[in-house]
This record gives sequence, C-alpha cells and structure tokens, in this order.
Amino acid sequence: MKIKITIPTERIHNPIISESIVETGILINIMVANIDSTYGELIADVNDLKFDKIKNALESRGAIVSILDRPIHRDEEECIECGACISVCPMNVYSFDDSWNVLVDEKKCIQCGVCIKMCPHGALKLGE
Amino acid sequence: MVKKSVHEINRKIEDGSVNVVTAEEMVTIVEELGAEGAAKEVDVVTTGTFGAMCSSGLMLNLGHSEPPIKIQKIWFNNVEAYSGLAAVDAYLGAAQISDTRGIQYGGAHVIEDLLRGKEIDVHATSYGTDCYPRKVLDTIISLEDLNEAILLNPRNAYQKYAAATNSSKRTLHTYMGELLPNLGNVTYSGAGVLSPLSNDPNYETIGMGTRIFMGGTQGYVIGNGTQHSPSSGFGTLMLKGNLKEMNPDYLRAASFTGYGATLYMGVGIPIPILNEKLAAATAVRDEDIVTTIEDYAVGSRDKPVIREVSYAELRSGSVQIDGKDVPTSSLSSFKNARKIANELKAWVKHGKFFVSMPVERLCAEGSAKPMKETQVVPLVKDVMSSFVVTIKRDQTVQDAAKKIWANSFNHLTVISDSGELVGILTAWDISKAVAENCFDSVESVMTKKVLTCAPNEPVDLAARRLDRYGVSAMPVIDAQRQVLGIITSDNISKLLARRY
Ligand code: SF4
Ligand code: SF4
Repeated sequence: MKIKITIPTERIHNPIISESIVETGILINIMVANIDSTYGELIADVNDLKFDKIKNALESRGAIVSILDRPIHRDEEECIECGACISVCPMNVYSFDDSWNVLVDEKKCIQCGVCIKMCPHGALKLGE
Repeated sequence: MVKKSVHEINRKIEDGSVNVVTAEEMVTIVEELGAEGAAKEVDVVTTGTFGAMCSSGLMLNLGHSEPPIKIQKIWFNNVEAYSGLAAVDAYLGAAQISDTRGIQYGGAHVIEDLLRGKEIDVHATSYGTDCYPRKVLDTIISLEDLNEAILLNPRNAYQKYAAATNSSKRTLHTYMGELLPNLGNVTYSGAGVLSPLSNDPNYETIGMGTRIFMGGTQGYVIGNGTQHSPSSGFGTLMLKGNLKEMNPDYLRAASFTGYGATLYMGVGIPIPILNEKLAAATAVRDEDIVTTIEDYAVGSRDKPVIREVSYAELRSGSVQIDGKDVPTSSLSSFKNARKIANELKAWVKHGKFFVSMPVERLCAEGSAKPMKETQVVPLVKDVMSSFVVTIKRDQTVQDAAKKIWANSFNHLTVISDSGELVGILTAWDISKAVAENCFDSVESVMTKKVLTCAPNEPVDLAARRLDRYGVSAMPVIDAQRQVLGIITSDNISKLLARRY
C-alpha cells in the first residue's frame, strides 16, 4: 500500500527513516521525497502485512504516518478522453491505449492532485 | 486525370454505391494505389476534430413577453449574453463566465445545459420604451422554448495549432492547460491526420456553404473564421448549426483552471474526391503536419518558438527539447475525432448525408494582423524611479537605517562589491531586525530572493507580478544584474491615474 510519512520540523535532523528500517528490517519503496531543512514528506510503498510494524517504528520517532487510500477517480461520463491529464501526472498514472482511450492505473497514484486542476471537464476527483 | 463532380458523387450516395473512407484510412489507400488510383476508387474522405473552441456561441431568440420588453442586458444562469440587437435576440458567448460562479461555469455550460434539456434562469433588464414598456424580466426557459437556438461559431476548426510549453519556474494556467515549470510538459491541440482543413489545404471543397457534421447534426461552413491566417497554415472556419438537433456527445462545456470556460465542439467535414490532387491532399499524415512549440512563459503576443514539431512527434507521447524527453498532453480528443469521422462516413454511406460544393471559396492567402494600438504601452523604464538607494551587503543594519532615514526611501537594494543585485531591504525589515535586537550585517536581515524586472518589459506585466507576489517594489536590472532603477506600486498608481 501507499503511505505518506511526514517528518515534523523538530525531527528533520534525525535519521528517522533509516532507523525505522534498520529496527524493523522492513524495506519501504520511497517514491517521492520532499525534504528540506524545515520539513519532510515522503510517499512510499510498503507491504500491507508489514504496515503496522513500520508505522509503529516511524511514529515512535515522531513521524506521522498516514495511508493513501483515496486514489484518483475518473468520472467516465465527464471524461472526453482528451489526454490532458497525461503529461502532468508525476507517476504516469494516465496513458493512451492503441485506440486512444485514456487508461488510468490508479495503483500508482500518490494523490498529489495535479491532474485535477488540469482536467478541463472536472472528471477527476480524489476518491473517498 | 480523374475528374468527378459533386453531382456524380451524390448520385452514388443516393444509390448506395459510394465509396467513403476516413482521412486516416486514406493514408494507406494512397500509399497503395497512388493518388490517381485512389481518386478513382474513393469518392468521399471524412475528417473530424473534437477540441476546445472558445470562439463559439449561441444566437437565440426568446419570443416576445407580455408586456413586451426590448432587452438591453440579459443573463442566463447569471452568465451575461449580448443583447444589443433587436428586442428579444441575444448572443451567448461560450467563454463568458458566470457573475456568481466564476470561471467554473460559463456560456459553454449554459449551452450544454440547454442541450441536455435543463431549465435555465433568465434575467433581463431594459430602459423601457413606448412600444416596449417592460423594464425587468425573469423567467425560466429550456431549449424547446426558444424560437431559434443557432450555434454560431466565429472561429472553429483551426487547421493546426501551436503547441505550448513553459520555461519559467512556476506552473502557468493557460487555455493550453497547466504548463509545468522548467519545460515540464508540452500541450497541443488538433486532430493531425484527421484535421479537416489540413486535408484540404487549398480549400477546394471547404468554403462558404459546405455542409458539415457539427455537434452531431448537419451544419454549415458560412465563411472563413476570424483570424483566418491561411498563408501560415492557420486557416479557420466560421460555422453554423442548429443546437436543437445536436447531441451532447459532441458538444461539451469545459473550464480550464485559472483561464476560464470554453466549449468542446465536434466538427467533421467530408471532402469529395473530385481529382487526384484532392486524393493526394487527403493522404496527409501526422508526420507532414508541422507546427511550433511556443514558450508561454513570455506573456506577450509573440512567444518565443522553442522548436518546430510534427503532430506525429506530439502524438507519440513525448517530444525532445534540448535532448530531454518532455511528456506531451493532447487537449483535444483524438478518440472522439475518429468517432466523428466514422460517424460522418456512416451517414454518407447510408445515404443520410450529401456532399456539397462551396458557393464561394475561402481565401487561401493572407494572414491575421495584430491589433492596431494607438496608445503606446508604457514600459518599465518609462515609469521606474531611476533614483535608487543602494547599500553594500556587509554594511550594518544601522547604516541601512540611516540611509532610509536620510533619503526617506522605503526600499534599499543590496548590492555586491561589483554592483550586482543580491538582495532587498525595506524599512519594515529594519524595524523587525531592531525589534529582535539584531544589529548584524545587512546581509543577515535582507530578503535574498528578490523579484526583479527588465527595463523593456511592459508595465502591465510588472504590475501583475507585484500583485501576485504581494510585494510593493521590484528593482529593475539589466542582464548583468546591475540595478538600473526601481519600480514601486506607487509608480504604477501614478501611471494609472494619468491613464484613466
Ligand atoms: S484531462 Fe479529464 S477529460 Fe481529459 S482525459 Fe483526463 S480525465 Fe478525461
Ligand atoms: S493525483 Fe497526482 S499522482 Fe494521482 S493521478 Fe493525479 S497527478 Fe497522478
């Protein structure tokens, strides 16, 4: 599953992620990382069964962990299959198939919301 | 030499022996049979396009009220339409936005709602005359209540369109969609191989009176579109069709974030193959249609061209810019363009649609002029203060305070030893430093990320930047970052006071 790890300002200098990985032995696949001297936010993929353990390890060190379980939803009635959403999505969620239908690979979505603003037909929403 | 007439082709449509193919299919047919062979074989080639066509609108007639009113101003679902015509006619522009709902809802949305059978609020006002005494009108209408509901599109079906990208550091919201910073994406519009005018680039069969597919029904070309620019390959069409007969699959309202409302229109044009020249023209491929990628970071009419590109490359999913693969997005739907070309093909094949010759041809030469402007646009250098107070970065906060005091000037530009701009310091920054008991060097309290502008930029652009970032002044610098002056909101207010 996809998770978001937020590291608050006061913890940013601690190697929270590395410590948690070493402690639990659970590997997480970091897909996006925005870290500067004041704030950190990471999006990562982790095995569903191991989520609780890594979550505890991260949270015991002051990180905030949330599950990204509202992937993008496309309203097929509204969508005109223009493909405007394709180029702005950082995770390549969208693509054209051979017949120029727009395909949506929701599993890859990290809920950044960029595509929602791009869609001229209001066809995209982050699901509930 | 193959020579066919529209009458012959229409007879074939009537007796069911017509051979009609889409412009996509025609590419391989001409490859296999040659232009002459293809011209003998094929009678009609259908094209299609489905994209944002801002220059659209609805010409409508409401019928007379009791007592009658000569409408002066009118709103449909709070979207204003133009009614400076006779008493109860109005033109509702697709790109007009709602007074209450902003750019999310515009004329295009009213048009789509009408087409979908929804009820629309009408509010109208007038000054009242002896013959039209009524001054205010409120009613609710739906499409069937209108006498005429004619979609009248002054500029549609661009032959091709320039693609867009953005070299600046921030995301731009444009009618070409979201353009990501640092050349992060390219957006484009147009159906390439299926584009109507690209398949008849000499406008031999597309002209005034040509019967077409428009929004799911039969419409007509009524002339060249506005800004028709055939010499540069940017021809456009003016179209007319009856909204009451249209189909919402081919007419969709849209709204671009930060830009506004627009209407997606489905247009298809049949090209009767009268000779081999037309057969050859309809064999045009995506590879053959070349356009430019323009940099929307420059907010002026002439945008820098990043490079030339073919529709084949645009449609491949990415284009090369400076050796980097940049992802592309289409704003128009090729799937729907294809659907339109196929639907039109079926109409012709089943005898439901007859081709026509134009009663007058479109001009195939000439280009659109830019606006004639009688007032020179003031440039930053015309209104900036060339009196600037500078300070070196290693001077103290106290030096800075003294300078501000002595010159009664609110902004100090901070420069390096070689005179390059490195920061900016305001009276407020100094008060803050003093309040925090910080009397170090200027460098430690100045703002380092300075917004700047160039002397030859139009003032309007500078004003927009000041406004967007909520700052009150910007140093004006040259290419070497030497400070030439400063432009403040004060300079701009004075300019506006003179202008209006
Ligand atoms: S941008 Fe919107 S309308 Fe276009 S393909 Fe994507 S979801 Fe569909
Ligand atoms: S929300 Fe972000 S990651 Fe998800 S589909 Fe949209 S652009 Fe892609």
